[in-house]
Amino acid sequence: MDMMTAAHINSLLAAMVLLTAFGMLVQKRIYGLIHLFTWQGLFLSLNTAVVGYVASQHHLYISSVLTLALKVIALPYILHVLIHRLKIHKEVETVVNIPTTMLIGLALVVLSYHLTSPIRELSTLITRSTLAIALATVMIGLLMMITRRHAVTQIIGFLAMENGLFFAATSATYGMPLVVELGVALDMLIAAFIFGIFFFHIHTTFDSLDVEQMARLKEDE
Amino acid sequence: MMLQPLSLAACAIVLLLLTAGSASLYRGNRRLMIMFSFALASVASLLATIAGIWTVGSEMTVKGILPIGLPDLPFHVRFDPLAGYFFTIIGLLALFVSVYSIGYVQGIPANRPVTSLIIFYCLFLAGMFMVILADDALFFLVAWEVMAGASYFLVLFEHERQENRKAAFLYLVVAHIGAIAILLAFGVLAGIATPGSFSGYTFDAMRGAEIPDLWATVAFFLVFFGFAAKAGVVPLHVWLPEAHPVAPSNVSALMSGVMLKTAIYGIVRVTFDLIHTFPWWWGAIVLTLGLISAVMGVLYALMQHDLKRLLAYHSVENIGIILIGIGLAMIFTSFELPMLAALAFIAGLYHTMNHAIFKGLLFMGAGSVLHATGERNMEEMGGLIHRMPWTSALFLIGCVAISALPPLNGFVSEWLTFQAFLLSPSLPAPIMQLLIPMGAAMLALTGALAAACFVKAFGVTFLGHWRGHHHPHVHEADWPMRIGMLSAALTCVCLGIFPVVYINWMDILAKQFVGSSISSSAAAYGWLWLTPVSPERASYSGTTVFLGILGVVVAVYLLLHVRPGAIRRVPIWDCGFEKLNARMQYTATSFSMPIRRIFGHLFSIREEVSLAPQTAHKAFPKRLQYHLRVVDRVWNWMYRPVVDVCFWLSRQVGRLQQGRIQAYLIYSFVTILVLLVFAS
Repeated sequence: MDMMTAAHINSLLAAMVLLTAFGMLVQKRIYGLIHLFTWQGLFLSLNTAVVGYVASQHHLYISSVLTLALKVIALPYILHVLIHRLKIHKEVETVVNIPTTMLIGLALVVLSYHLTSPIRELSTLITRSTLAIALATVMIGLLMMITRRHAVTQIIGFLAMENGLFFAATSATYGMPLVVELGVALDMLIAAFIFGIFFFHIHTTFDSLDVEQMARLKEDE
Repeated sequence: MMLQPLSLAACAIVLLLLTAGSASLYRGNRRLMIMFSFALASVASLLATIAGIWTVGSEMTVKGILPIGLPDLPFHVRFDPLAGYFFTIIGLLALFVSVYSIGYVQGIPANRPVTSLIIFYCLFLAGMFMVILADDALFFLVAWEVMAGASYFLVLFEHERQENRKAAFLYLVVAHIGAIAILLAFGVLAGIATPGSFSGYTFDAMRGAEIPDLWATVAFFLVFFGFAAKAGVVPLHVWLPEAHPVAPSNVSALMSGVMLKTAIYGIVRVTFDLIHTFPWWWGAIVLTLGLISAVMGVLYALMQHDLKRLLAYHSVENIGIILIGIGLAMIFTSFELPMLAALAFIAGLYHTMNHAIFKGLLFMGAGSVLHATGERNMEEMGGLIHRMPWTSALFLIGCVAISALPPLNGFVSEWLTFQAFLLSPSLPAPIMQLLIPMGAAMLALTGALAAACFVKAFGVTFLGHWRGHHHPHVHEADWPMRIGMLSAALTCVCLGIFPVVYINWMDILAKQFVGSSISSSAAAYGWLWLTPVSPERASYSGTTVFLGILGVVVAVYLLLHVRPGAIRRVPIWDCGFEKLNARMQYTATSFSMPIRRIFGHLFSIREEVSLAPQTAHKAFPKRLQYHLRVVDRVWNWMYRPVVDVCFWLSRQVGRLQQGRIQAYLIYSFVTILVLLVFAS
């Protein structure tokens, strides 16, 4: 596989990641969200493997496998179990309506391209053009957390953000050192468990997973 | 190692710290703990006093660098005559108060643990000594905070009462706002001394620096603000009448007597030593604030009927008088009149010593009264002179001293300040020609009002009959307390009748800081006659006056007591009314009524008279109730708005707290975006 092909594959996978990110932004159903998240993880894992092959950075294979195990298998499974246990079937409610969110998302992508343009000119890596997408994914993840009211969707937004960060790390510098990645992976896993516990608590306290309810915690003046 | 003042001073501080550390080792043997700890504190104070007297007397300056501090920023110490002078003041009063405390703390009810009192008392003393010794901004501020923190806990000693907690909190807030100002001022000076490095934090570097006028002004006013907050200069005095009365009386004596003096030390050190050249209008501002503090302090003191609050307001007054001296010295220095500057400077510092001793004495006396009667309200006292002859005699000496009556020490320093006012030639600045005579008049007014106030304080507390509803078992103070007060009173007398000796000793300060001395003229006629400038202008002999007064007193006593039948005890003449009771005596409120009428617009006064339910006819009410509330105007004018603005701002900031996760996420999101866009 020569450099050009690799760069094309990398760009394609980056496009898919961004597409799934937008998909999550508009997806109203919670199962759909989890599926999209799984897809995003898979693209990410593939991308990591491709980059590892091209740059002959062999520790990236380990990252790739880790990503596959965690973000494609473990986390979606945990989320499925959670949703099943908590009996959430409703459609996800959004704070801002979907077309507006989409427009904001588009603006964020443009902004990311603008912001990363100086880096694109300086960098020599084949993955340099995907850095803008990575940044856009992070921001869209954050946007998702802002526009959704359901606790589970907020977590998915958070995980999507982490995907974006991971993607940024591979595309900007061919990945972080393995130790760091192992640490991050462990963090993710722990975070998922903690979220699970908190979901149950929020659910029992408020009888709902709508984070708007938490405004009730605020002390009145 | 040769014994020198600095090592003595260091011994004193270490001894105090050790005493503080060992206080918890007595395992509940309260009597032993109190006796040993305060005895050790007395020894340490004595050492400090000796070190101070020695340094001033030998006119030497010793410097040192301590092996502690931050990495590369060790603590510097310096023991020069100015430090020695303040060491003497603090050490002397601390000695008296520590002896007094042996008795006083013993009398605190047994169910209240006093270990914390002892620990913080020793830390407080050590902090004050360290402030004086410090020769760099870092050590100074550390010591300053030790002092402020320890005194906060001392004010909080009886913490179960809400007013005490409020007073302590107010004190802490004011102390810290002041500390921030001092910190900023040192930052300005250090930054100019050595731009771009930290080595300017020593006072030596600041002394050598050429400071531009603008920054010198900024530094001076920051420092003055900071120290004025500590000293209780009007309008920053509000914490003082709250915090001093609620602390245990031995602590009040120290706080009022010497802690305020560390602020005076700071002002003198920074102004005359570190900045050392200044325009005249700084002095004019110091003088004006001193005058306002003196007059307002004494007027508010007159309105009080709580004995310790009254004394606390008098601290405001006396700090004002000290600042008058310092301010005049600054004005004269900048107009290059070193003789007059020396006179004013000596007057200010003399009064610093005097105030420490007589205010300490008065607070100790108030403590004895409080100890014996459990009462702070003068309206409930009276006739204590029969039960507490020692305390009342010693309290009377304090009253005479603070009222600036000859032959005691208060007179000497206020007289010197007057001389500085009266001898001042017409200064080139027109506003000074207005300010100087007016200042002299206000100082005179202050003296008169102070005398009136202490006639009230002594008369209502010790003379007449007991006014309270229930009569407690009143007992005289025990021996350690008496010794403490007696030695303070003796010091007052000595400072009053040997002023020339004292001025000769402290003259080195004037020589060092304002470039002239007054001992050559002041002591020109020997130790007996004090002649600040020349005998044609003014002269005073404390000893002669003392002997004269003593002669008259002895003669009167002999006349009354030697002849039999010269004194007869009979019932009080009741104008034929026959139903006199103790409530019909002159009270503190009624005594100050004329002055309240004259100066009424300076206070916010609320008077209420209400008649109790009628019995037979309107003209014969059974009871009449009179309520009087005198509130510090400054509180409503200055502090209330600041507090309101603070609360308003916090409410506005509180609006950020939506309680919604989305809102918080938006904050971070917007922050990230702004940073990305503008920082890239």
